[in-house]
Amino acid sequence: MKKWSQNLAGYFEQRLKLSGLASFARKKTVPEHGYSFWYFFGGICLFLFILQVVTGIFLLLYYKPSAEGAHESILFIMSHVKFGWLIRSVHSWSANLLMGIIFIHMFSTFFLKAYRKPRELTWVSGFFLLVLFMAFGFSGYLLPWNELSYFATKVGTDIVGSLPLIGKALKTFVLGGQEVSPATLSRFFWFHIAALPALTVLILGLHIWLVQVLGMSVPGRVKPETVREMPFFPNFLLKDALGWILVLVLVGVLCVFFPWETGAKADPLASAPVGIKPEWYFTFMFTTLKLIPPHIFFISGEVLGIMAFLMGGLFWLLVPYLDRKANRGKSSPVFTGIGVVVLLYIMVMTAVTYLLPRL
Amino acid sequence: MIRLKRWTGSALLAFSLACLPLGLLAQKNTCLECHNELEDSLQAPAKGFAQDIHQKYGLTCTACHGGDAKQEDMDLAKGRTFRGVPARKNIPELCGGCHGNAASMRAFNPSLRVDQLELYGTSRHGQLLKKGDTKVAVCTDCHGVHGILPSNVPKSLTFPWNIPETCGRCHADRATMKAYSIPADQLAEYKKSVHARALFEKKDLTAPTCNDCHGNHGATPPQVASIAYVCRQCHSATAELFSRSPHRPAFDQAELHECEACHGKHKILPATDEMLGTGPGSVCLQCHEAGSKPYKVASGMRAALDEFLRRRDLAETLLDTAERQGVEVSEAKFKLKEAETALIMLRNLTHSLSLEEVKAKAAEGEKDLAQVTASGEAALKEGKSRRVGLVITTGFLFLLAIALFFKIRQIQKKQLL
Repeated sequence: MKKWSQNLAGYFEQRLKLSGLASFARKKTVPEHGYSFWYFFGGICLFLFILQVVTGIFLLLYYKPSAEGAHESILFIMSHVKFGWLIRSVHSWSANLLMGIIFIHMFSTFFLKAYRKPRELTWVSGFFLLVLFMAFGFSGYLLPWNELSYFATKVGTDIVGSLPLIGKALKTFVLGGQEVSPATLSRFFWFHIAALPALTVLILGLHIWLVQVLGMSVPGRVKPETVREMPFFPNFLLKDALGWILVLVLVGVLCVFFPWETGAKADPLASAPVGIKPEWYFTFMFTTLKLIPPHIFFISGEVLGIMAFLMGGLFWLLVPYLDRKANRGKSSPVFTGIGVVVLLYIMVMTAVTYLLPRL
Repeated sequence: MIRLKRWTGSALLAFSLACLPLGLLAQKNTCLECHNELEDSLQAPAKGFAQDIHQKYGLTCTACHGGDAKQEDMDLAKGRTFRGVPARKNIPELCGGCHGNAASMRAFNPSLRVDQLELYGTSRHGQLLKKGDTKVAVCTDCHGVHGILPSNVPKSLTFPWNIPETCGRCHADRATMKAYSIPADQLAEYKKSVHARALFEKKDLTAPTCNDCHGNHGATPPQVASIAYVCRQCHSATAELFSRSPHRPAFDQAELHECEACHGKHKILPATDEMLGTGPGSVCLQCHEAGSKPYKVASGMRAALDEFLRRRDLAETLLDTAERQGVEVSEAKFKLKEAETALIMLRNLTHSLSLEEVKAKAAEGEKDLAQVTASGEAALKEGKSRRVGLVITTGFLFLLAIALFFKIRQIQKKQLL
């Protein structure tokens, strides 16, 4: 028996050279200190992404990306396909949880200044992953072709269209025409299952590779003598798995008690229903644009708002290069303050969207 | 060539300037000029006429009052042709002079009917006027005097949701109606009706108001024989069922006002299931005694209807419960709508008084309800199995999590040693 397993291991070793990887895994350690808890959110993001891929592949078995068939196919999945309701609900719930965990992961990284040299590219690739997952959410929201998603996409793409210079061209490219139409559905499907996954695999691969190569960052405020090293395998991986199991239980409870709604089929000729809003992770931007005055110093308020968000995004992307104090190993309270303001702003505006819908 | 063009241009300009006073003179209306300067009731006609439909078609005061509106002098303006305020008894003929003349109306509004005067002659109002009763409604009472608006303008006195009040100005006035021995509660009764609710609350302009049942210009109370035909303008399917029912000859013989006998007239309330059968609120008991054959039919129809409703409510409750549990039931809900359609038809079918037909229709609808109930039960079962599945899976995952927790602790202890 032993001989047989040794032969098999030898077969794969000769062909895949796995001993290098195994040796890396044996030697790899993760710093253990008072803030190690935040390391696990990256792994949970990866787990939820895997859930997305698996459930998405199963949904493709029945989903029909056409204006005539999309909503009907979702209804079919929810009512006739064995465990179809579970697959779709897991897909939708885990997508929303993923966005929430990404925000937690991003802000924990920010406040622990984990973007410090030499981890600038890890932060940059993480930022692009956030943008990609937001694009996943935006494109996926339209796919059930229901009333809410139809009109929310209309509002969202109108905002894109008001961008100076490139707005109209970008809107036409995204919509596949001037308006949200069946062509938009095909295009969003293409974004959702082809273009975005391809880009995500590349950037996610880079992100994980950087994390493995550079290791976890130890916050500057942690005294080096208090840091212990925990083996990545099996300690950290098993702790990660524990977190994944708990997240899976949460997803299961949400799916059984709150299966994802299908909604009424989109009717382009109907008037927009009251209370149209995008997915929750876009609402801080949506409400800002809603509250901004129509004109500020002869400039369109909406355009100004979008430009402010773009500039804010650019700032956020370049944080590792701007926070020079942190790079020198010193504390940078200015950037911590900026992070607190940004976090509070996102939380307050998101709460305003839901608590004061008529604002 | 250039000189010729300049000359032509100058000539045209001079001609236009010369014609300007003539144009102003053509629009001159001394009636309005003077009346606008006057006060109260003498000013009102001039003010009202500014929005009058006749004014928009180019007609002036002289079209009804005679005289010469171009004259500056009042005596000359009120020349031999001046008629002053037309007498009430002459108003229908005065309006009918144009509105009853197809050739005249073609010049202004060819689509407008020209039989109003003829119809008015057949109306109760017209007949009494002929007899010299000038208190009855004439054209101006319903359409206004100055400031007449087309009936499709919401502010018009004859726009659907204004008609009840327009008619009510006389018909809701007890003093006026006393002379004709007519009750004056029609407006108040109508306002409580299902028709008024549709008109005023739902703003449904197709909902019947006074003129839809009594006629417009030929307004007259519907007679015993015609009342069903008045109602069947909208309720045609019900009326057909009634016509082939044993009620039709019986009502004719007893000279009962068909639909009105059970549903009332102006205060027509939404029909309820309680009106059918032998319980309190039943209209059948107005004529039929307990134990009689019609009594049994009424009781049977009500029982079939109640059974249908019981099954409908059960199916609906099942679907609602399953939906609350998160199970997708939209297909079954659509099927339930088919059963709702069957219920509408079933309620209507009671007007045929055929117990067999009612039972057959109920059985047809109950087949759909049986399917919906089965779907609802299956959905509830599905909901339960999801919860059981969740408990089992969560239990297993928690056990796994606990095992992992202890394994991690064991590994850590080993590493410390």
